[in-house]
Amino acid sequence: MAGGLKPGTLRSVGLHLFMLAFACLMIYPVLWMLSSSLKEGNEIFVNAHKLIPSVWTFENYAEGFKGYSGQSFAVFLKNSTIVTALSVLGTVLSCTVVAYGFARIGFKGAAFFFACMMMTMMLPAEVLTIPQYIFFHKIGWVNTFAPLIIPSFFGTAFFVFLIVQFIRGLPVELDESARVDGCGHGGILFRIMLPLLVPAIITVSIFKFYWTWDDFFSPLLYLTKPEMATVALALKNMSDNSFGTSWGTVFAMSIVSLAPVFVVFVALQKYIVEGISTTGMKG
Amino acid sequence: MRKYETLQGYLYISPWLIGFALFTMAPMFVSLYLAFTRYDILSSPQWIGFGNFKTMFTADERYWSAWKATLTFVFVAIPLRLAFALAVAMLLNTKLKLLGLFRATFYLPTLIGGSVAVAIMWRQLFGTNGALNSVLAAMFGVTEKVSWITQPSTAMWTLILLAVWQFGSAMLIFLAGLKQIPASLYEAADIDGAGRWHKFRKITLPLLSPVLFFNLIMGIINGFKVFTEGLIVTNGGPFDKTLFYVLYVYEKSFRYYEMGYGSAMAWVLLLTTAAFTLIVFATSRSWVFYESGRR
Repeated sequence: MAGGLKPGTLRSVGLHLFMLAFACLMIYPVLWMLSSSLKEGNEIFVNAHKLIPSVWTFENYAEGFKGYSGQSFAVFLKNSTIVTALSVLGTVLSCTVVAYGFARIGFKGAAFFFACMMMTMMLPAEVLTIPQYIFFHKIGWVNTFAPLIIPSFFGTAFFVFLIVQFIRGLPVELDESARVDGCGHGGILFRIMLPLLVPAIITVSIFKFYWTWDDFFSPLLYLTKPEMATVALALKNMSDNSFGTSWGTVFAMSIVSLAPVFVVFVALQKYIVEGISTTGMKG
Repeated sequence: MRKYETLQGYLYISPWLIGFALFTMAPMFVSLYLAFTRYDILSSPQWIGFGNFKTMFTADERYWSAWKATLTFVFVAIPLRLAFALAVAMLLNTKLKLLGLFRATFYLPTLIGGSVAVAIMWRQLFGTNGALNSVLAAMFGVTEKVSWITQPSTAMWTLILLAVWQFGSAMLIFLAGLKQIPASLYEAADIDGAGRWHKFRKITLPLLSPVLFFNLIMGIINGFKVFTEGLIVTNGGPFDKTLFYVLYVYEKSFRYYEMGYGSAMAWVLLLTTAAFTLIVFATSRSWVFYESGRR
């Protein structure tokens, strides 16, 4: 070979080419959905594998936003936004306060309850689903957002644990000097620590956002009216249309539903990668 | 002073404590009670002793289909996913250009994989007129159109593929673990003339085993809960081949309103998961390497 490429270089090129091909294979399904959403309805399943539409159209998006049962897709987006925003808020508030209690206040029983909390992480939530449903049913919360939001305000074991770990990494001298200055626990947490906890809070918010935005099971159980549906539930219902599903519009709205997920990922990738690498979190 | 501190402590953890009592402990007891009853939410529960369990174990064929589907899924998809994650992480851990881009691309499926949108897309991708058949026709001239989703021999595999496709989280965790392994170990092995496979077996794998172990447990526990994919992609079919355990619990409890039976099923799942976790932990000593204190 001219210039005499070293075998090492050749292997490196080979590896890069292989990885590139593999990357294309990995994202092919996503690109396929994106391109199908831009094809005309009758083209999607003819030569289905092609990624370039022969005619580009945004018709599917316009059609998709009409939603179903007289509810615009904007309604579903709004519902999902309300549920997600309040759930994230509740999680951040409760988990920060609880984590501070476990990490920095030495009280009798702390170790016991911390162990209890860690055990709940292993518990399959399915055991709780039926009684919780009965409970929410009896107090009239079915077909409201309450069952999807209110539990967030009572702390989530996993996120509490994550913040506890983070707080334990902060120097104790910080508390001590604050206490000398006359700060109580409230002062230490909200005035001294909160600014330092921002990275942990961002990580918690991101993952709570993903889990709530994608959640399908709770909306399926608790929301039966079309005007209450979240995006995940609405997509499922649109794809079940008994008069024949218009797949182009379903794909278009699928892309819309994934857009916030992409945006958050691109903007906050650093926190996501770190969060998963250090805690073994499932994304 | 000490008492005041304790009071404050409980005040701070009170949101979780109340939630624990209200949304975990109380439902646990209720569910345990319901497991021994017949209950349809409208009339009051009827005590039937071990009736539900008896039906489940001796008279309900679908129950065993559900176990078969779940176990097949868990013990094929999770190890495969971890193997993939490890292989890709090791490739990424070489001197690779565009590492960030590759990492993001491989993580993307995991990011969106649990959503309804992807489940719907998967169903169409493998449908009769979907992209897979189209690719096979264009590249290999296969004219037969297979319905991968509704054919009993392939339905489960489409779901396993969907799970393996989402190896991103495990890959990130392995990547972080690989970075922790001191380069000096590999250098020493090079001097001793160790080959690639040998280095992998004797250095990489043992040092990564705690991470591997943690991921395997979490993966399997989460695998037992697979639901959305089973409902949307295959809807439990064909012939209950993909009727996952939780999907069956959902069907029994919320479509047929057999909530006593559903609770009994949920408790069996709980006990199975617990037993499984205990076994893995008990045997972990023999195959997990912790840096300090190997006996």
